[in-house]
Amino acid sequence: MGNNTNLNSESLCHTKYFEIPNRMKTPLRIAGLLTACAFVIYGFSRGEAVVVLNKAVNICLECIGLG
Amino acid sequence: MKLKFAIKRKLLQFIAFGCSNAHLLNFRGGRIYTGKWKQFCNPGLNCYSCPAAGFACPIGALQAVNGSRQFSFSFYVAGLLLAFGVLLGRAVCGWLCPFGLLQELIHKIPSPKRKLKKGFLSIKYIVLVVFVLILPVAVTDYMGMGKPAFCQYICPAGTLEGGLFLLAAHESLRKAVGALFSLKMTILVLTLIGCVFFYRFFCRTLCPLGAIYGLFNKISIFHLEVDSHKCVGCGKCKVVCGMEVDPVKTPNSAECIRCGACVDACQADALRLGISTKCKKNLPR
Repeated sequence: MGNNTNLNSESLCHTKYFEIPNRMKTPLRIAGLLTACAFVIYGFSRGEAVVVLNKAVNICLECIGLG
Repeated sequence: MKLKFAIKRKLLQFIAFGCSNAHLLNFRGGRIYTGKWKQFCNPGLNCYSCPAAGFACPIGALQAVNGSRQFSFSFYVAGLLLAFGVLLGRAVCGWLCPFGLLQELIHKIPSPKRKLKKGFLSIKYIVLVVFVLILPVAVTDYMGMGKPAFCQYICPAGTLEGGLFLLAAHESLRKAVGALFSLKMTILVLTLIGCVFFYRFFCRTLCPLGAIYGLFNKISIFHLEVDSHKCVGCGKCKVVCGMEVDPVKTPNSAECIRCGACVDACQADALRLGISTKCKKNLPR
């Protein structure tokens, strides 16, 4: 059940808004940050940042409307 | 004297804009920054072809890696977006995004202000899935490389921040102007006009980065909380919200950019914006 204190079960039934319970937020945050770190490290190690750099240091003709 | 969120936020927005676009001298020669810092992504939307840009655009970078020959998915950019999302959620839009600041300044132009129909809010998710995630991977050239479809066909930030200045500085680029540039200029003009009448028009209707960060609003560490014991139901928070969110009913809505206008407006001190709340012990689990 959502944990925003002003929402009761009746109002939750009648709206599409869903609030994640507080007890689940911290584990989700930790999991998210750990996954993010793993993704960044893995992506960096296999050379994705070089691709980003090569794209960013050249004028992007698509970005400026020249295709 | 405690600074209101409005003042703190505007200050930080200008600082973020300056940090994102620090290489102002490049405007003179129509150059772009080519240093190693461009391998890192700006958390907000800022075209890397802007002469002043010092970092890469996360949406451009995502498309570039996904559409490259070597990779079909960018763990690096996805990881950065995941980190920004979990830490800040859509507060990136409200506090750090350079294009968001531009939209807010344009919105200050005196005009009748309108409310946006709810259906328009879904368009940015379609833009994200089709133009950012699918097309750069699915549509490739003879070398197996995909193009950044969002940047190519839609992004008004690229046209405004990069296109206009670089075309003004380089005759060779002006000679290459064609139908695509006309399309992008049309989108830019419509976006700017939309920003005059609707608060943060691009953020709410088209921005794929806002679509991504909004998904994290429900778990982001920097978030909004409502103390129902103090809330008197006056509705002032809903009236002042530029994004047309009801902060009491949906405090972690995907549309909320954590601007703090509702917190400043609340007379009962029932809203808190930050990473922790004083009333945490009173909240039921």
